[in-house]
Amino acid sequence: MGRAVAVIGTGQTKHGRRDDLSYPDLVREAVKKAFEDAGITPKDVDGVVYGSMPSMMEGVAYNHFYFADALRTVGKPLFRTETCGSTGQSVAHTAIHWVASGMADIVLVVASEKEHEGDAQATMMTILEPFLMVTIGGAPVAFSLQSREWMGYYHIDEDKAREAASIVSVDSHDGGLNNPLAHIRVKLTKEDVSKAPIITYPVRLYDVCPVSDGACAVIFASEEKAKKICKKPAWVKGIGFRGEEYFIGDSSKAVWQSTIEASKEAYKEAGITNPLKELDVAEVYNPFSYQELMFLECLGLCPPGEAPDYVIKGTFSPGGELPCDPSGGVLCCNPIGAAGLIRVAEAALQVTGKAGEHQVEGAKLALSHAMGGAMQFNGITILGSEL
Amino acid sequence: MAERYKVDKDLVRMEIVDFTFPQKEYKTSRHDTVLPYNWALGPTWTKFFDGLKEGKIFGTRCKKCNKILVPARTFCPSCYEDMEEWVELPQEGSIETWCLVNYKYYGQVKEPPYIIGQIRLDKADCSLTHFIGGFDLSDPDKVRKKMKTVSRVKAVWSKEKHADIYDIAYFKPV
Repeated sequence: MGRAVAVIGTGQTKHGRRDDLSYPDLVREAVKKAFEDAGITPKDVDGVVYGSMPSMMEGVAYNHFYFADALRTVGKPLFRTETCGSTGQSVAHTAIHWVASGMADIVLVVASEKEHEGDAQATMMTILEPFLMVTIGGAPVAFSLQSREWMGYYHIDEDKAREAASIVSVDSHDGGLNNPLAHIRVKLTKEDVSKAPIITYPVRLYDVCPVSDGACAVIFASEEKAKKICKKPAWVKGIGFRGEEYFIGDSSKAVWQSTIEASKEAYKEAGITNPLKELDVAEVYNPFSYQELMFLECLGLCPPGEAPDYVIKGTFSPGGELPCDPSGGVLCCNPIGAAGLIRVAEAALQVTGKAGEHQVEGAKLALSHAMGGAMQFNGITILGSEL
Repeated sequence: MAERYKVDKDLVRMEIVDFTFPQKEYKTSRHDTVLPYNWALGPTWTKFFDGLKEGKIFGTRCKKCNKILVPARTFCPSCYEDMEEWVELPQEGSIETWCLVNYKYYGQVKEPPYIIGQIRLDKADCSLTHFIGGFDLSDPDKVRKKMKTVSRVKAVWSKEKHADIYDIAYFKPV
């Protein structure tokens, strides 16, 4: 992949409803923390990468222009990268390519969303053209369809899937309780989840992520700079990204090729042959609990069609073989543009032992993941404590 | 604990009732952006929609891989070949997946509850996104039981047609 690349600093805002500050101030909250964490100044940075959801969400076209000052990008090159929900992975990959190629030594990556300023579901409607596939608009619709396709394809018993999805939701919310920056911090029981109001059947209220405001900043550096600046960098071990056709009906979303192929590429680069055994923690993008079940399979963490069994026996729960989303995941916090980058930041915190109350003891190798579009993109970044 | 949440049914936002950020004397400022667009449908989608107005569902066939795709395409996504052969598809097919939409949001195309499905028309090599209906959708549990028995559906046409995707009103169980 070219030169070695490391994460040398991360910063996240307190996520939630942030009517208490303007959007540029929200971005600054994360950027400031990342600089403090890395112990460098904007002078050390060669370039900035920014991403968010589309302009319809932000209410201003090219919001990175609006944030130029908050991003400390004055006098520096600025890239914008966006792929809907997977934006956070895409911005990280942009910086990794930039540093790995030798064109830059230190790159600041920022992603953000202030969903309470706009209307997230209305924005989702604009991701599809308005005359052929618009009926599927609205995130819960597309992803409930996908979950049911997956259940049908593998003949998964509805009650068993319900139980597993409830466990995913309960575990994530327990994680949120341990993460002071998470948006939703509440104790849930399996009954709370399985009896909550229906949003898009079979998906119920606590199977769905919240509407959040938040920003995340991550600083990437070359091997030489990282070793000089940072006592404990998180090394990029492998990345993968794949896209799919526009029309949802053109390919199977139950056996989701873009997740499968993106993760295979990342594992190959990282030298991982048995991800369930070798990974210590995974930050799987889980805006919908049912979707996480399918991701666990497509990421190669359990055999196809068996995610509910593995979840029910506790493989991915706290203390299990591979704890997933100890931060609370997207189910507890979803500033969409930032959500994929938060996964990267959380993976970095885990492998450097800086995750605080939600630290997975001794984590050395972590997977981060995000998906985007109307079931169209998947991105993976694997971080490790060793070069 | 469910009572700690307030669900705003119109906005469908989840808020924690007993948690707020430091209360602000700061204001928000309301601005709306409304922009008109005029989308070119081109020859392929114009013919596809004209077909719907005549009560016909058209797909196109790839001369290389032989796949029939619907809605009709100008080119094959896999082979990148022109898809010039028009095929009228049967109006019956199988359900690949479905979901019951039970919440409201801005810009939604239909008043909930409604069912969205992926329907594989006979002869087609992909599935088509459309509504499934023609029965009572008010009780999710009844819908679930009903849908367990449904695998085949048939197009029901709108009384008034406008050469758009809503010329098909929905697909009903057969």
